[in-house]
Amino acid sequence: MQYKSQAVAKPYFIAAIGLFVGQILFGLILGLQYVLGDFLFPAIPFNVARMVHTNLLIVWLLFGFMGGAYYMIPEESETELFSPKLALALFWIFLVAGALTIVGYLAVPYATLAELTGNNLLETMGREFLEQPLPTKLGIVVVALAFLFNITMTVLKGKKTSISIVLLLGLWGLAVFFLFSFYNPVNVVLDKFFWWWTVHLWVEGVWELILGSFLAFVLIKTTGVDREVIEKWLYVIVTLTLITGIIGTGHHYFWIGTPEYWQWWGSIFSALEPIPFFAMTVFAFNMVNRRRREHPNKAAVLWALGTGVMAFLGAGVWGFLHTLAPVNYYTHGTQITAAHGHMAFYGAYAMVNLMMISYAMPILRGRAANGNKSQVLEMWSFWLMTVAMVFITLFLTAAGILQVWLQRVSDTPLPFMVAQEKIQLFYWMREWAGVAFLIGLILYIASFFAGGDEKEAA
Amino acid sequence: MAGMTTSSSTQAASQAITQAATHRLPGDLAIWFFILAELLAFAVFFAAYAFARASHVEEFNLYQQTLDRNLGALNTLLLITGSWFVVLAVQAAHRDNRPAIARHLLLGWLCGAGFLVVKVFEYAAKFGAGISMSTNTFYMFYISLTFFHFMHVILGMVILTVLWVQARKGVYGSHDAHGLESGAAYWHMVDLLWIILFPLVYVMR
Repeated sequence: MQYKSQAVAKPYFIAAIGLFVGQILFGLILGLQYVLGDFLFPAIPFNVARMVHTNLLIVWLLFGFMGGAYYMIPEESETELFSPKLALALFWIFLVAGALTIVGYLAVPYATLAELTGNNLLETMGREFLEQPLPTKLGIVVVALAFLFNITMTVLKGKKTSISIVLLLGLWGLAVFFLFSFYNPVNVVLDKFFWWWTVHLWVEGVWELILGSFLAFVLIKTTGVDREVIEKWLYVIVTLTLITGIIGTGHHYFWIGTPEYWQWWGSIFSALEPIPFFAMTVFAFNMVNRRRREHPNKAAVLWALGTGVMAFLGAGVWGFLHTLAPVNYYTHGTQITAAHGHMAFYGAYAMVNLMMISYAMPILRGRAANGNKSQVLEMWSFWLMTVAMVFITLFLTAAGILQVWLQRVSDTPLPFMVAQEKIQLFYWMREWAGVAFLIGLILYIASFFAGGDEKEAA
Repeated sequence: MAGMTTSSSTQAASQAITQAATHRLPGDLAIWFFILAELLAFAVFFAAYAFARASHVEEFNLYQQTLDRNLGALNTLLLITGSWFVVLAVQAAHRDNRPAIARHLLLGWLCGAGFLVVKVFEYAAKFGAGISMSTNTFYMFYISLTFFHFMHVILGMVILTVLWVQARKGVYGSHDAHGLESGAAYWHMVDLLWIILFPLVYVMR
């Protein structure tokens, strides 16, 4: 570890992994509820389990981003963090607020939670992914601003590199676009219109900048390729992301009451969205092929290549499948969307966080890389989780195609629940793939305790 | 022997230099990636236009008549002239004629500004007649394509402004025209796009 203050990243990474486990457990509960509708009812109804599954995902990714930023920024800026104490205080505030929110979801009915937390003062609850009570939303803003203050001050007092500027752009964008979660107009069309300004402009806009910046950092460290070359790639990726992603928001505006021109704008620009992801894949492989040294942390390099490929497949290819308006006319809100969502989130954001943790954690624990035994275990977990996710995606895609056919394309369309009954087989197979994913995750955690011959101190 | 080696290596070196000079990519590689990405976005837009027109030929032909081709032609002239001035600026840099660089960039910028003024008059007439993106598919494409291009003219002018400021500081010359060439390449792209867009949307039937 080059700078003492980088150590604050450690609790963030540990919390991220802990919440990740929670997310997967709730995913398994949800998957089972697709086939056994009353499983755990009334203790954990489907809507609550779904909310916990998606909210835990967002929170663990945010913990990962913050941890990654705290690790990366001092090294890029060549100076200690502006305030490590603030970073630690924010960690506990965010963790406690997050935990209380999840407990709130599980302990009381959602409507009661809304009443208890002052939703009547400013109505922001009840919308997918933005279900958090008002105090939690305000807490997120406070934590995000204090975090940004800490990171920005560090960059300002130290060296300013392209990688840290791109990261700052991504993180500030993340905070700014979250503000739209407070805007909840009564008109449902307007509500959805601006809801996407948070949801889409996060995952298909500013988060991609965070992804690109993390990937560039780890590639510089593990391949020894010139910073100049890597930065040029990063600029190209950022530009492509912004050209396609911003107006690409339009692909969410089909059939929800917005003007018809969005069908053209959304289709055209989002059809180009796979390009920056493809550039990231080529970038990762190209840099690793041109490597000037063999970094002892093979697992981190594997995650870097993996995120390049899986983000392209999940976000790029599976996104393109249903992004054109005439196709989306049939697939809107079906299991095709769920298939895309699973692989895109895993491939782009779960994997880039796991890459950062894989690279930084051994160094934070006082060694350049983990021992052989530990790395082999980690690589097994990589393949298990990734292959399991490929199968989850394929099964959901199959379920989605059948659903679209039975419920929407057929001359004698079936009602929603009848169509659901007919695709149960795929939901069962998805659930088993989910179990395989959990085993992969358990192996991943086990790799931290595997020990073995440790590589020399960092 | 030693003399021969030296002369042949000098020859090889001078050959390599001439080769490099003829095959040299003007401007930065990154700007070319950017230009290709922009061209691709427009290409998809043009393809969508062709696709939509195929199923609405009569509608497209009818409403195309309502566009002001004279203003379109004037704008074509303005952009081509603007590009010509920017070429003169780059040539002036290679000849180390410093004052001419800034002067030609300014003239190029003024052509861009002229384009914007003409376009604003054109838009005012259309919007004044109550035409919007929701009027019909033809107008949707007319407004989208020209507005998207309009924004690129503005970006091109921002780039020309930066080049002008740098040129006034004496940054460019035969020793270094890298940034100037990069910006010039972008400006030519704006012009090239219009040369495809104008016949496609205003003229071709």
